[in-house]
Amino acid sequence: MATGHEAATSAPNAGEYVLHHLGNLNSSGHPQTSMVDFSIINYDTVFFSSVLGVIGLFLLWRVARVATSGVPGRAQAALEILIEMVGNQAKAIVHNEQSRKFVAPLALTVFVWVFLMNSMDFLPVDLLPFLWQTLTGNPHAYLRVVPTADLNGTLGLSVGVLLLCFFYNIKIKGLGGWIHELFTAPFGNHPLLYLPNFVMQLIEFTAKTVSHGMRLFGNMYAGELLFLLIALMGMAFPSMSPFGGSLLWLGHLVTGTLWALFHIFIVVLQAFIFMMLTLVYLGQAHESH
Amino acid sequence: MYLNATLLAQITVFIILALFTMKYVWPPIVKALDERAAKISEGLAEAERGRQSLALAAKHSAETMREGKEKVADMIAQAEKRADQIIEEAKVQARIEAEKVVAAAKSEIEQEAARMRESLRGRVADLAVAGAEKILRREVDAKAHAEMLAAIKQDL
Repeated sequence: MATGHEAATSAPNAGEYVLHHLGNLNSSGHPQTSMVDFSIINYDTVFFSSVLGVIGLFLLWRVARVATSGVPGRAQAALEILIEMVGNQAKAIVHNEQSRKFVAPLALTVFVWVFLMNSMDFLPVDLLPFLWQTLTGNPHAYLRVVPTADLNGTLGLSVGVLLLCFFYNIKIKGLGGWIHELFTAPFGNHPLLYLPNFVMQLIEFTAKTVSHGMRLFGNMYAGELLFLLIALMGMAFPSMSPFGGSLLWLGHLVTGTLWALFHIFIVVLQAFIFMMLTLVYLGQAHESH
Repeated sequence: MYLNATLLAQITVFIILALFTMKYVWPPIVKALDERAAKISEGLAEAERGRQSLALAAKHSAETMREGKEKVADMIAQAEKRADQIIEEAKVQARIEAEKVVAAAKSEIEQEAARMRESLRGRVADLAVAGAEKILRREVDAKAHAEMLAAIKQDL
Protein backbone atom coordinates (compact mmCIF):
# COMPACT_ATOMS: atom_id res chain seq x y z
CA MET A 1 0.00 0.00 0.00
CA ALA A 2 2.83 2.31 0.90
CA THR A 3 4.60 1.70 -2.38
CA GLY A 4 1.41 2.25 -4.34
CA HIS A 5 0.78 5.54 -2.61
CA GLU A 6 4.33 6.64 -3.29
CA ALA A 7 3.95 5.84 -6.97
CA ALA A 8 0.73 7.81 -7.14
CA THR A 9 2.31 10.95 -5.73
CA SER A 10 5.49 10.82 -7.80
CA ALA A 11 3.75 9.89 -11.05
CA PRO A 12 0.31 10.88 -12.38
CA ASN A 13 -2.45 8.30 -12.19
CA ALA A 14 -3.54 6.47 -15.32
CA GLY A 15 -6.24 8.94 -16.31
CA GLU A 16 -4.03 11.95 -15.83
CA TYR A 17 -1.21 10.27 -17.75
CA VAL A 18 -3.37 9.53 -20.78
CA LEU A 19 -5.07 12.92 -20.79
CA HIS A 20 -1.77 14.69 -20.45
CA HIS A 21 -0.46 12.82 -23.43
CA LEU A 22 -3.50 13.80 -25.45
CA GLY A 23 -3.00 17.50 -24.76
CA ASN A 24 -1.40 19.52 -27.51
CA LEU A 25 1.36 22.05 -27.11
CA ASN A 26 -0.72 24.99 -28.23
CA SER A 27 -0.67 28.76 -28.14
CA SER A 28 -3.03 28.90 -25.15
CA GLY A 29 -0.67 26.95 -22.89
CA HIS A 30 -3.31 24.50 -21.70
CA PRO A 31 -5.42 21.90 -23.50
CA GLN A 32 -8.21 23.39 -25.56
CA THR A 33 -11.60 23.34 -23.86
CA SER A 34 -14.02 24.44 -26.53
CA MET A 35 -14.61 22.19 -29.54
CA VAL A 36 -13.71 24.82 -32.11
CA ASP A 37 -11.45 27.75 -31.36
CA PHE A 38 -9.58 29.30 -34.25
CA SER A 39 -7.62 31.62 -31.97
CA ILE A 40 -5.55 28.64 -30.86
CA ILE A 41 -2.88 26.88 -32.89
CA ASN A 42 -1.14 23.60 -32.02
CA TYR A 43 2.57 24.28 -32.22
CA ASP A 44 3.49 20.60 -31.97
CA THR A 45 1.30 19.46 -34.87
CA VAL A 46 2.44 22.29 -37.11
CA PHE A 47 6.08 21.74 -36.15
CA PHE A 48 6.20 17.98 -36.57
CA SER A 49 4.11 17.89 -39.74
CA SER A 50 6.18 20.64 -41.37
CA VAL A 51 9.50 19.12 -40.32
CA LEU A 52 8.47 15.66 -41.49
CA GLY A 53 7.14 17.03 -44.76
CA VAL A 54 10.34 18.97 -45.37
CA ILE A 55 12.58 16.03 -44.43
CA GLY A 56 10.58 13.59 -46.57
CA LEU A 57 10.50 15.85 -49.61
CA PHE A 58 14.15 16.79 -49.12
CA LEU A 59 15.09 13.13 -49.32
CA LEU A 60 12.96 12.65 -52.43
CA TRP A 61 14.43 15.81 -53.94
CA ARG A 62 17.99 14.61 -53.24
CA VAL A 63 17.23 11.46 -55.22
CA ALA A 64 15.27 13.17 -57.99
CA ARG A 65 17.90 15.88 -58.49
CA VAL A 66 20.50 13.37 -59.69
CA ALA A 67 18.05 11.04 -61.43
CA THR A 68 19.53 9.36 -64.47
CA SER A 69 17.85 7.63 -67.38
CA GLY A 70 20.71 5.13 -67.34
CA VAL A 71 21.13 2.45 -64.70
CA PRO A 72 19.44 3.80 -61.56
CA GLY A 73 20.90 3.58 -58.07
CA ARG A 74 18.98 1.87 -55.30
CA ALA A 75 17.47 5.06 -53.94
CA GLN A 76 16.36 6.11 -57.40
CA ALA A 77 14.98 2.65 -58.13
CA ALA A 78 12.98 2.77 -54.91
CA LEU A 79 11.64 6.22 -55.73
CA GLU A 80 10.84 5.08 -59.25
CA ILE A 81 8.82 2.16 -57.89
CA LEU A 82 6.93 4.58 -55.64
CA ILE A 83 6.33 7.07 -58.43
CA GLU A 84 5.23 4.38 -60.88
CA MET A 85 2.82 3.03 -58.27
CA VAL A 86 1.31 6.45 -57.59
CA GLY A 87 1.42 7.39 -61.28
CA ASN A 88 -0.44 4.25 -62.33
CA GLN A 89 -3.11 4.77 -59.69
CA ALA A 90 -3.48 8.39 -60.79
CA LYS A 91 -3.75 7.34 -64.42
CA ALA A 92 -6.48 4.83 -63.59
CA ILE A 93 -8.53 7.25 -61.51
CA VAL A 94 -8.00 10.75 -62.87
CA HIS A 95 -8.75 10.81 -66.58
CA ASN A 96 -7.19 14.15 -67.37
CA GLU A 97 -3.60 14.45 -68.53
CA GLN A 98 -3.28 18.10 -67.58
CA SER A 99 -4.69 17.68 -64.08
CA ARG A 100 -2.50 14.64 -63.42
CA LYS A 101 0.57 16.85 -63.65
CA PHE A 102 -0.46 18.26 -60.29
CA VAL A 103 -2.71 15.52 -58.91
CA ALA A 104 -0.18 12.70 -59.21
CA PRO A 105 2.63 14.56 -57.39
CA LEU A 106 0.01 15.64 -54.86
CA ALA A 107 -0.89 12.00 -54.25
CA LEU A 108 2.79 11.13 -53.86
CA THR A 109 3.18 13.96 -51.36
CA VAL A 110 0.15 12.76 -49.44
CA PHE A 111 1.44 9.19 -49.31
CA VAL A 112 4.97 10.07 -48.22
CA TRP A 113 3.90 12.75 -45.80
CA VAL A 114 1.10 10.80 -44.15
CA PHE A 115 3.39 7.78 -43.92
CA LEU A 116 6.06 9.80 -42.14
CA MET A 117 3.55 11.50 -39.82
CA ASN A 118 1.98 8.14 -38.95
CA SER A 119 5.43 6.70 -38.36
CA MET A 120 5.96 9.07 -35.45
CA ASP A 121 3.83 6.54 -33.58
CA PHE A 122 6.77 4.12 -33.61
CA LEU A 123 8.79 6.35 -31.30
CA PRO A 124 8.31 5.46 -27.64
CA VAL A 125 5.28 7.44 -26.48
CA ASP A 126 7.19 9.16 -23.71
CA LEU A 127 10.48 9.82 -25.50
CA LEU A 128 9.89 13.17 -27.17
CA PRO A 129 7.50 14.50 -24.47
CA PHE A 130 10.11 13.64 -21.82
CA LEU A 131 12.88 15.34 -23.79
CA TRP A 132 10.65 18.38 -24.28
CA GLN A 133 9.79 18.53 -20.58
CA THR A 134 13.48 18.28 -19.70
CA LEU A 135 14.39 20.91 -22.25
CA THR A 136 11.79 23.42 -21.08
CA GLY A 137 12.27 22.56 -17.41
CA ASN A 138 8.50 22.23 -17.09
CA PRO A 139 7.55 18.67 -16.02
CA HIS A 140 3.97 19.33 -17.14
CA ALA A 141 4.75 20.66 -20.63
CA TYR A 142 2.43 19.26 -23.27
CA LEU A 143 3.63 17.65 -26.50
CA ARG A 144 1.99 15.38 -29.05
CA VAL A 145 4.33 14.00 -31.67
CA VAL A 146 1.91 12.31 -34.10
CA PRO A 147 0.42 15.03 -36.32
CA THR A 148 -2.11 12.61 -37.81
CA ALA A 149 -3.44 11.78 -34.34
CA ASP A 150 -4.52 15.42 -34.17
CA LEU A 151 -7.83 16.02 -35.92
CA ASN A 152 -6.53 19.35 -37.18
CA GLY A 153 -3.75 17.55 -38.99
CA THR A 154 -5.92 15.08 -40.85
CA LEU A 155 -8.85 17.40 -41.48
CA GLY A 156 -6.36 19.95 -42.72
CA LEU A 157 -5.39 17.47 -45.40
CA SER A 158 -8.92 16.43 -46.25
CA VAL A 159 -10.15 20.04 -46.40
CA GLY A 160 -7.20 20.78 -48.64
CA VAL A 161 -8.38 17.97 -50.91
CA LEU A 162 -11.94 19.38 -50.74
CA LEU A 163 -10.72 22.81 -51.84
CA LEU A 164 -8.84 21.17 -54.72
CA CYS A 165 -12.06 19.32 -55.61
CA PHE A 166 -13.85 22.68 -55.81
CA PHE A 167 -11.00 24.06 -57.89
CA TYR A 168 -11.08 21.20 -60.39
CA ASN A 169 -14.88 21.16 -60.51
CA ILE A 170 -14.83 24.81 -61.55
CA LYS A 171 -11.84 24.38 -63.82
CA ILE A 172 -13.23 21.38 -65.71
CA LYS A 173 -16.95 22.19 -65.78
CA GLY A 174 -16.83 25.96 -65.49
CA LEU A 175 -18.45 27.80 -62.61
CA GLY A 176 -21.86 27.69 -64.32
CA GLY A 177 -21.51 24.05 -65.20
CA TRP A 178 -20.61 23.10 -61.68
CA ILE A 179 -23.46 25.08 -60.13
CA HIS A 180 -25.78 23.48 -62.67
CA GLU A 181 -24.50 20.07 -61.60
CA LEU A 182 -24.92 20.93 -57.92
CA PHE A 183 -28.66 21.46 -58.49
CA THR A 184 -29.42 18.81 -61.10
CA ALA A 185 -27.40 15.83 -59.88
CA PRO A 186 -27.80 13.15 -58.61
CA PHE A 187 -31.64 12.98 -58.94
CA GLY A 188 -32.18 14.75 -62.25
CA ASN A 189 -33.00 18.05 -63.82
CA HIS A 190 -36.40 19.12 -62.51
CA PRO A 191 -37.31 22.30 -60.55
CA LEU A 192 -38.78 20.22 -57.76
CA LEU A 193 -35.54 18.29 -57.42
CA TYR A 194 -33.21 21.32 -57.25
CA LEU A 195 -33.29 21.52 -53.47
CA PRO A 196 -32.94 17.78 -52.75
CA ASN A 197 -30.08 17.65 -55.23
CA PHE A 198 -28.26 20.51 -53.60
CA VAL A 199 -28.78 19.11 -50.11
CA MET A 200 -27.53 15.76 -51.34
CA GLN A 201 -24.42 17.35 -52.85
CA LEU A 202 -23.72 19.22 -49.61
CA ILE A 203 -24.05 15.99 -47.65
CA GLU A 204 -21.82 14.21 -50.13
CA PHE A 205 -19.02 16.76 -49.96
CA THR A 206 -19.24 16.97 -46.18
CA ALA A 207 -19.31 13.21 -45.73
CA LYS A 208 -16.42 12.70 -48.08
CA THR A 209 -14.23 15.27 -46.39
CA VAL A 210 -15.11 14.37 -42.82
CA SER A 211 -14.75 10.63 -43.36
CA HIS A 212 -11.50 11.21 -45.25
CA GLY A 213 -9.95 13.09 -42.35
CA MET A 214 -11.66 11.15 -39.58
CA ARG A 215 -10.59 7.75 -40.89
CA LEU A 216 -6.91 8.57 -40.64
CA PHE A 217 -7.36 10.46 -37.39
CA GLY A 218 -9.32 7.60 -35.81
CA ASN A 219 -6.74 5.01 -36.74
CA MET A 220 -3.81 7.03 -35.50
CA TYR A 221 -5.59 8.27 -32.40
CA ALA A 222 -6.57 4.70 -31.47
CA GLY A 223 -3.03 3.51 -32.17
CA GLU A 224 -1.56 6.21 -29.99
CA LEU A 225 -4.05 5.47 -27.22
CA LEU A 226 -3.19 1.81 -27.30
CA PHE A 227 0.51 2.60 -27.05
CA LEU A 228 -0.29 4.80 -24.04
CA LEU A 229 -2.24 2.00 -22.36
CA ILE A 230 0.57 -0.47 -23.05
CA ALA A 231 3.02 2.02 -21.56
CA LEU A 232 0.75 2.32 -18.50
CA MET A 233 0.79 -1.44 -18.10
CA GLY A 234 4.58 -1.44 -18.01
CA MET A 235 4.66 1.57 -15.69
CA ALA A 236 2.44 -0.18 -13.16
CA PHE A 237 4.91 -2.98 -12.52
CA PRO A 238 6.94 -1.43 -9.66
CA SER A 239 3.74 -1.01 -7.63
CA MET A 240 2.76 -4.67 -7.85
CA SER A 241 4.14 -7.73 -6.11
CA PRO A 242 7.28 -9.05 -7.80
CA PHE A 243 5.36 -11.82 -9.57
CA GLY A 244 2.47 -9.68 -10.80
CA GLY A 245 4.90 -6.91 -11.65
CA SER A 246 7.05 -9.08 -13.82
CA LEU A 247 3.92 -10.38 -15.57
CA LEU A 248 2.91 -6.80 -16.38
CA TRP A 249 6.43 -6.04 -17.56
CA LEU A 250 6.29 -9.11 -19.82
CA GLY A 251 2.83 -8.05 -20.97
CA HIS A 252 4.17 -4.62 -21.91
CA LEU A 253 6.97 -6.26 -23.87
CA VAL A 254 4.74 -8.70 -25.74
CA THR A 255 1.77 -6.42 -26.44
CA GLY A 256 4.01 -3.47 -27.23
CA THR A 257 5.94 -5.51 -29.76
CA LEU A 258 2.83 -7.00 -31.31
CA TRP A 259 1.02 -3.68 -31.53
CA ALA A 260 4.08 -1.93 -32.98
CA LEU A 261 4.40 -4.65 -35.62
CA PHE A 262 0.72 -4.45 -36.46
CA HIS A 263 0.94 -0.69 -36.46
CA ILE A 264 3.56 -0.81 -39.22
CA PHE A 265 0.83 -2.31 -41.37
CA ILE A 266 -1.74 0.27 -40.27
CA VAL A 267 0.66 3.15 -40.88
CA VAL A 268 1.32 2.12 -44.48
CA LEU A 269 -2.26 1.09 -45.14
CA GLN A 270 -3.73 4.33 -43.84
CA ALA A 271 -1.22 6.36 -45.82
CA PHE A 272 -2.17 4.39 -48.93
CA ILE A 273 -5.90 4.71 -48.26
CA PHE A 274 -5.56 8.42 -47.71
CA MET A 275 -3.70 8.75 -51.00
CA MET A 276 -6.20 6.62 -52.90
CA LEU A 277 -9.18 8.56 -51.54
CA THR A 278 -7.45 11.80 -52.45
CA LEU A 279 -7.15 10.53 -56.02
CA VAL A 280 -10.72 9.22 -56.07
CA TYR A 281 -12.22 12.49 -54.85
CA LEU A 282 -10.14 14.52 -57.27
CA GLY A 283 -11.07 12.09 -60.02
CA GLN A 284 -14.76 12.54 -59.21
CA ALA A 285 -14.31 16.30 -59.54
CA HIS A 286 -13.37 15.64 -63.17
CA GLU A 287 -16.43 13.57 -64.00
CA SER A 288 -19.77 15.09 -64.88
CA HIS A 289 -22.92 13.39 -63.75
CA MET B 1 -11.30 16.21 -31.19
CA TYR B 2 -10.62 19.92 -30.93
CA LEU B 3 -10.46 22.04 -34.03
CA ASN B 4 -8.38 25.18 -34.21
CA ALA B 5 -6.18 27.27 -36.49
CA THR B 6 -3.80 24.34 -36.89
CA LEU B 7 -6.22 23.19 -39.59
CA LEU B 8 -5.44 26.24 -41.73
CA ALA B 9 -1.72 25.89 -41.16
CA GLN B 10 -1.94 22.26 -42.19
CA ILE B 11 -3.78 23.13 -45.42
CA THR B 12 -1.11 25.68 -46.29
CA VAL B 13 1.75 23.30 -45.56
CA PHE B 14 -0.03 20.62 -47.57
CA ILE B 15 -0.37 22.78 -50.66
CA ILE B 16 3.23 24.02 -50.41
CA LEU B 17 4.58 20.48 -50.11
CA ALA B 18 2.45 19.29 -53.03
CA LEU B 19 3.65 22.17 -55.20
CA PHE B 20 7.25 21.38 -54.27
CA THR B 21 6.78 17.74 -55.25
CA MET B 22 5.13 18.76 -58.50
CA LYS B 23 8.01 21.05 -59.40
CA TYR B 24 11.13 19.34 -58.08
CA VAL B 25 10.50 15.66 -57.32
CA TRP B 26 8.04 14.27 -59.84
CA PRO B 27 9.30 15.63 -63.19
CA PRO B 28 12.97 14.50 -62.98
CA ILE B 29 12.01 10.94 -62.08
CA VAL B 30 9.25 10.71 -64.67
CA LYS B 31 11.59 12.20 -67.25
CA ALA B 32 14.25 9.63 -66.37
CA LEU B 33 11.69 6.85 -66.60
CA ASP B 34 10.41 8.05 -69.97
CA GLU B 35 13.92 8.46 -71.32
CA ARG B 36 14.88 5.00 -70.16
CA ALA B 37 11.77 3.53 -71.74
CA ALA B 38 12.65 5.31 -75.00
CA LYS B 39 16.22 4.04 -74.77
CA ILE B 40 15.06 0.49 -74.22
CA SER B 41 12.57 0.54 -77.07
CA GLU B 42 15.24 2.10 -79.28
CA GLY B 43 17.66 -0.63 -78.27
CA LEU B 44 15.10 -3.31 -79.03
CA ALA B 45 14.37 -1.80 -82.44
CA GLU B 46 18.11 -1.58 -83.09
CA ALA B 47 18.53 -5.24 -82.17
CA GLU B 48 15.66 -6.18 -84.45
CA ARG B 49 17.22 -4.21 -87.29
CA GLY B 50 20.55 -5.88 -86.61
CA ARG B 51 18.96 -9.30 -86.68
CA GLN B 52 17.25 -8.49 -89.98
CA SER B 53 20.42 -7.16 -91.59
CA LEU B 54 22.33 -10.19 -90.35
CA ALA B 55 19.76 -12.50 -91.97
CA LEU B 56 19.96 -10.40 -95.11
CA ALA B 57 23.75 -10.58 -95.15
CA ALA B 58 23.67 -14.35 -94.62
CA LYS B 59 21.25 -14.70 -97.50
CA HIS B 60 23.38 -12.42 -99.65
CA SER B 61 26.58 -14.30 -98.88
CA ALA B 62 24.90 -17.64 -99.64
CA GLU B 63 23.76 -16.16 -102.93
CA THR B 64 27.25 -14.93 -103.76
CA MET B 65 28.72 -18.29 -102.81
CA ARG B 66 26.29 -20.10 -105.06
CA GLU B 67 27.00 -17.71 -107.96
CA GLY B 68 30.74 -18.15 -107.45
CA LYS B 69 30.44 -21.89 -107.49
CA GLU B 70 28.37 -21.73 -110.65
CA LYS B 71 30.90 -19.44 -112.26
CA VAL B 72 33.78 -21.74 -111.33
CA ALA B 73 31.94 -24.77 -112.65
CA ASP B 74 31.26 -22.85 -115.85
CA MET B 75 34.88 -21.88 -116.17
CA ILE B 76 36.06 -25.42 -115.63
CA ALA B 77 33.63 -26.72 -118.22
CA GLN B 78 34.69 -24.05 -120.65
CA ALA B 79 38.37 -24.78 -120.04
CA GLU B 80 37.80 -28.45 -120.63
CA LYS B 81 35.96 -27.70 -123.79
CA ARG B 82 38.72 -25.37 -124.89
CA ALA B 83 41.38 -27.97 -124.12
CA ASP B 84 39.52 -30.54 -126.17
CA GLN B 85 39.28 -28.06 -128.97
CA ILE B 86 42.96 -27.27 -128.78
CA ILE B 87 43.84 -30.94 -128.85
CA GLU B 88 41.52 -31.45 -131.76
CA GLU B 89 43.05 -28.54 -133.62
CA ALA B 90 46.54 -29.79 -132.88
CA LYS B 91 45.59 -33.18 -134.25
CA VAL B 92 44.25 -31.62 -137.43
CA GLN B 93 47.31 -29.43 -137.74
CA ALA B 94 49.58 -32.40 -137.23
CA ARG B 95 47.75 -34.40 -139.86
CA ILE B 96 48.02 -31.53 -142.34
CA GLU B 97 51.68 -31.13 -141.53
CA ALA B 98 52.29 -34.81 -141.93
CA GLU B 99 50.49 -34.82 -145.26
CA LYS B 100 52.57 -31.89 -146.39
CA VAL B 101 55.76 -33.69 -145.40
CA VAL B 102 54.58 -36.81 -147.11
CA ALA B 103 53.67 -34.85 -150.25
CA ALA B 104 57.05 -33.10 -150.28
CA ALA B 105 58.81 -36.40 -149.86
CA LYS B 106 56.75 -37.90 -152.65
CA SER B 107 57.49 -35.07 -155.04
CA GLU B 108 61.16 -35.25 -154.20
CA ILE B 109 61.12 -38.97 -154.82
CA GLU B 110 59.38 -38.38 -158.10
CA GLN B 111 61.86 -35.74 -159.11
CA GLU B 112 64.71 -38.06 -158.14
CA ALA B 113 63.10 -40.83 -160.09
CA ALA B 114 62.70 -38.56 -163.13
CA ARG B 115 66.32 -37.47 -162.89
CA MET B 116 67.40 -41.07 -162.62
CA ARG B 117 65.25 -41.98 -165.55
CA GLU B 118 66.78 -39.14 -167.56
CA SER B 119 70.27 -40.19 -166.71
CA LEU B 120 69.39 -43.84 -167.36
CA ARG B 121 67.92 -42.81 -170.66
CA GLY B 122 71.18 -41.09 -171.60
CA ARG B 123 73.15 -44.07 -170.45
CA VAL B 124 70.93 -46.52 -172.35
CA ALA B 125 71.31 -44.45 -175.49
CA ASP B 126 75.07 -44.44 -175.08
CA LEU B 127 75.00 -48.17 -174.39
CA ALA B 128 72.82 -48.70 -177.43
CA VAL B 129 75.17 -46.67 -179.56
CA ALA B 130 78.12 -48.46 -178.10
CA GLY B 131 76.34 -51.77 -178.70
CA ALA B 132 75.46 -50.78 -182.20
CA GLU B 133 79.02 -49.64 -182.78
CA LYS B 134 80.22 -52.93 -181.58
CA ILE B 135 77.73 -54.73 -183.78
CA LEU B 136 78.36 -52.64 -186.72
CA ARG B 137 82.04 -52.08 -185.87
CA ARG B 138 83.29 -50.99 -189.01
CA GLU B 139 81.08 -48.73 -190.85
CA VAL B 140 79.14 -46.67 -188.75
CA ASP B 141 79.33 -43.15 -189.63
CA ALA B 142 78.40 -41.23 -186.60
CA LYS B 143 77.44 -38.32 -188.69
CA ALA B 144 75.26 -40.31 -191.11
CA HIS B 145 73.45 -42.09 -188.39
CA ALA B 146 73.18 -39.32 -185.83
CA GLU B 147 69.68 -38.53 -186.92
CA MET B 148 68.60 -42.07 -186.58
CA LEU B 149 70.31 -42.34 -183.20
CA ALA B 150 68.56 -39.26 -181.89
CA ALA B 151 65.23 -40.75 -182.98
CA ILE B 152 66.06 -43.97 -181.11
CA LYS B 153 67.06 -41.99 -178.07
CA GLN B 154 63.77 -40.23 -178.23
CA ASP B 155 61.89 -43.51 -178.29
CA LEU B 156 63.65 -44.90 -175.26
